[in-house]
Amino acid sequence: MAKLIAKTPCEGLLPKTIGTVELSEVVIDRAWSVAPFKGQEAAVSEALTKALGVGYPAANRALSKGGARAIWAGAGRALVIGAEMPDLSGLAAVTDQGDGIAAVRIDGAGAEAVLARLVPLDLRAGSFKRGHTARSFVNHMTASVTRLGPTSFEVMVMRSMARTLVHDLTEAATGVAARAV
Amino acid sequence: MRVAGKGLIDRSRSVPFEFDGERMTGHVGDTLASALLANDVRLIGRSFKYHRPRGILTAGSEEPNALVTIGNGAATDPNVRATTQELFEGLTARSQNRWPSLRFDLLSVNDLVSPFLGAGFYYKTFMWPRSFWEKVYEPFIRHAAGLGALSEESNADHYEKAFAFCDVLVIGAGPAGLMAALTAARAGLDVILADEDSQMGGRLLAETHQVNGMAGADWAAQVVAELAGMDNVRLMTRTTVTGAFDQGTFGALERVSHHRARADGLPRECFWRIVAQRSILCAGALERPIAFPNNDRPGIMTAGAVRAYLNRWGVVGGKEVAIFGNNNDAHQTARDLTAAGVKVTALIDSRADADVSGDFPVYTGAQVVQTAGRLGLDSVTIDQNGKRTKIRADVLGMSGGWNPTVHMTCHMNGRPVWNEAIQSFVPRPDMIPGMTVAGAANGTFSTHGCLSAGAEAANAVAQDLGKKAQKIDLPQAEDAPYRLTPLWAVEGKGRKWLDFQNDVHVKDVRLAAQENFRSVEHMKRYTTQGMATDQGKNSNVSALAVLADATGRGIPETGTTTFRPPYSPVAIAAMGAGGQAAGFAPQRFTTSHDASTERGAPMIEAGLWYRPSYFPRAGETHWRQSCDREVNMVREAVGICDVSTLGKIDIQGPDAAEFLDFVYANTFGTLKVGKVRYGLMLREDGHVMDDGTTARLGENHYVMTTTTAAAGLVMSHLDFVAQALRPDLDVQIVSVTEQWAQFAVAGPKSRDLLNGVLDAAIDDDTMPYMGCAAVGVSGVEGRLFRISFSGEHAYEVAVPSRYGESLYRLLLAQAEMLGGGPYGMEALNVLRIEKGFITHAEIHGRTTAFDIGMDRMVSQKKDCIGNALSRRPGLIDEDREQLVGLKPNGASKQLTAGAHLFNPGDKAERVNDQGYVTSVCYSPTLGTMLGLGFLKGGRARIGQTVRLVDHLRGVETLCEVCDPVFFDPEGGRLRG
Repeated sequence: MAKLIAKTPCEGLLPKTIGTVELSEVVIDRAWSVAPFKGQEAAVSEALTKALGVGYPAANRALSKGGARAIWAGAGRALVIGAEMPDLSGLAAVTDQGDGIAAVRIDGAGAEAVLARLVPLDLRAGSFKRGHTARSFVNHMTASVTRLGPTSFEVMVMRSMARTLVHDLTEAATGVAARAV
Repeated sequence: MRVAGKGLIDRSRSVPFEFDGERMTGHVGDTLASALLANDVRLIGRSFKYHRPRGILTAGSEEPNALVTIGNGAATDPNVRATTQELFEGLTARSQNRWPSLRFDLLSVNDLVSPFLGAGFYYKTFMWPRSFWEKVYEPFIRHAAGLGALSEESNADHYEKAFAFCDVLVIGAGPAGLMAALTAARAGLDVILADEDSQMGGRLLAETHQVNGMAGADWAAQVVAELAGMDNVRLMTRTTVTGAFDQGTFGALERVSHHRARADGLPRECFWRIVAQRSILCAGALERPIAFPNNDRPGIMTAGAVRAYLNRWGVVGGKEVAIFGNNNDAHQTARDLTAAGVKVTALIDSRADADVSGDFPVYTGAQVVQTAGRLGLDSVTIDQNGKRTKIRADVLGMSGGWNPTVHMTCHMNGRPVWNEAIQSFVPRPDMIPGMTVAGAANGTFSTHGCLSAGAEAANAVAQDLGKKAQKIDLPQAEDAPYRLTPLWAVEGKGRKWLDFQNDVHVKDVRLAAQENFRSVEHMKRYTTQGMATDQGKNSNVSALAVLADATGRGIPETGTTTFRPPYSPVAIAAMGAGGQAAGFAPQRFTTSHDASTERGAPMIEAGLWYRPSYFPRAGETHWRQSCDREVNMVREAVGICDVSTLGKIDIQGPDAAEFLDFVYANTFGTLKVGKVRYGLMLREDGHVMDDGTTARLGENHYVMTTTTAAAGLVMSHLDFVAQALRPDLDVQIVSVTEQWAQFAVAGPKSRDLLNGVLDAAIDDDTMPYMGCAAVGVSGVEGRLFRISFSGEHAYEVAVPSRYGESLYRLLLAQAEMLGGGPYGMEALNVLRIEKGFITHAEIHGRTTAFDIGMDRMVSQKKDCIGNALSRRPGLIDEDREQLVGLKPNGASKQLTAGAHLFNPGDKAERVNDQGYVTSVCYSPTLGTMLGLGFLKGGRARIGQTVRLVDHLRGVETLCEVCDPVFFDPEGGRLRG
């Protein structure tokens, strides 16, 4: 029997280096949307912490430990990335999302300047720190934006918009790089 | 001409450029205006209405006259102010609004007939005959009056949009702005300092005053260097803050590359949205002209501009200069010129008591009453106590005083207040929340006053934001008092220009008053004063002073017109940056996209998605051939279609069933696990919102599908219902549209095909009609649904999207072995019309469940959204337009969507309308065109004949009204 071949959302599109900025795909293997049922947030957090080392994140926060991450994804919902999801039946709606997301890292000195052209948020280091995340826009796309480090960000959009994401990031980075010349 | 030893330009570096085809040279640091003056070019353009010869009036962004077109072809930029255009190698500029040439312009005949072309001329003259307006008058006026022209080619340039955030935005980098930024930055605030000029310093670059014992420009450079070295400061040169908006948001236009040759990837402009907790407006002041007869000849400039050209660019527009003013500041121009060795032929001060001394002839209590010189000034005539004297001058510097730049303070509808001492308007406090105004913009005109006001404003902001006020040693600077006596207009023969850009003169304003357009807003509309690209920066105060005089009111009583954003023109390309062509919206691609385009499928847009129309095969020259083949293929063998674009919504929770019963018209609580049911969703008003199938995967777990078009709408509707209408229900909703790649496998051979790719074979028992199950698909965990949108024995198979492309290619390969293949949207549409299945062509927002024949689906055993209002008598009236099928039964066989239906004997007029056609296709299965449509009382009219009339396409066809299900009405094929 034939074997199906997996393809990542940004396959063939990344990585790219433009000026001082590197764009690379964050390959997500397994990820779930975790939405606690009424009154179950603490129990969910405890179960997640036990299994993955990261709890259920507060609003606009992203947690990470080892390979596991929990990223706030809107009211009452988090995106959990990790190897194995503990059994949360009765506690939360758990939904596979590992294939629904295109995730891209933006690294380098110009990362903030590039995102300033696409994201209408205050991403200054003092207001948007490592571990901060937001649901916002990248140009016309709804997106999740997370700071990973002093000059590193991650943006996630719908998988089907991967090409537009790479296009928009490339345009912005090209404009920023061209100013430096 | 250049003046030796003056200016901040780099004389060691020459810059060649071109104006109206003539090659010239300037220097690094020049603007196009200063370089033209250095090349003795005084005539730069023709005026808007009368085609009067015009030169440079100012040295800044307020310039009304010296507008040029830069570049050629698609890269043409019209209406560029020569006074702000920095010179660069290869710059080509052209004058505007002249034909055939700048020096000889045929339409300057307008000037000769000007007595007939005063304010209101068009309103009065072109009233009659009415039909002449569009064909004769308007084209003529558009040709005659105008500025630069667009290239009408697609703009290939790159523009940018960007966002910035700060604690305090300082607008303008003159003495007040620099001091404010420095103070705020030292206090530890995040500062953005924006200035429209290429170099920061404002008036300090144009004056000879010392600051702290050094040249003003040097002091400015020192401050800029300190600011540049601080992490909490962002300096934005060439950036005009264009508007103040809600919540501390400002628009700002950065001209990124207009000052250099085009380079790859470099944006022309960037439109910034700056969000600031506080702002300090240090926008300075603009000098106003005096309205004396023929005050518009090339060579007549504002006195401050003459000084700026001398001190910053080392140029003067002629050999002999006269100065005419009503204030002390004008004297400085004469002193600077004399000190630089330029001949000043007269200082004319309108005040009899003016205290002037200098090495030049002085006329106090005198006024310029006439000027001469055809294409440029050569003399002025003055009147001193009734005595007329003609004075040689190629340049006249005029000053009627300075107007604080209050523009931005008025963007939220505040009105400035009249200040008697400076005879101008100054801002009131808090016209823009969080904004302080400092320096000349606030009516403080001495350098010392500006420095001190800037520092004070910043310290107040710092304290307000919880920082410590900074002790500032104010640099030493001039603190001369500003004295003036108002002088708005000088009487005499000839037009006394107020608005140079829109050719409005004193008489026009008086005429407006005489014809009872006495309100300042009416005067503006009647005369067009202040309506051009300079937005009346040079003329507003003078024009309303003339109006006040003509109407016998005071100036404060007369008031100002409204200032609106933008402060200076912003290219639409900058505001819409990134939105050209495909940048208009994100593009969504299915996992099968490449496989489809490889087969030559033309892709059509479905919302943001791209879906294949049809898959042409060798020898097929028309889409219909491909479509017919694909339909037959599905009916006879098997077809594959990517249906991933349909919305998929995962619904989980103890109350999931109750939630679905509330949002769907029909019941889902009774659906068995492992089964799928068709569902109809109503809006609150009882009309149909969307339809689709929902599968029950577990006791408390459903997955809903929506139409492609309404996926986002339904998702937000469900969120709204869960959060606002039924917060009592414990249910969670999340979109999984993107998680799953889903393919329809349709046709009598669909099961054979699937059994070749599924890990475990299926049959009617394990997968009956409307069944669903988790399945292994070539080793991958997938889902299988036995549902059909074609009327055939069909399935939808889903796998995680990463495997989508691979599965699609595998399914196609398998299908082709069975005589099948891919089918596109055209075939999908034919298949569903043959079966009478509806899409949003039918549930278009104005139809009810009753209309589409699904009234019985609105369960009366429970409540649901839309139930109550769907029972309104008007919505279940038997005479409503009801869904029917249509088949041609006359000579014409053509049906068109959008056509209207009439009774055969009636005239095809609106009053006789019986309904309309929503969908049509050619059915290869039945060998005829088929249509779906809505017909008054249609369900009772099956078998009757109606007349289809398409007034737009000129089609007329007699049709038989049928049941909308044309093919296999018993559904035997579905159940296989």
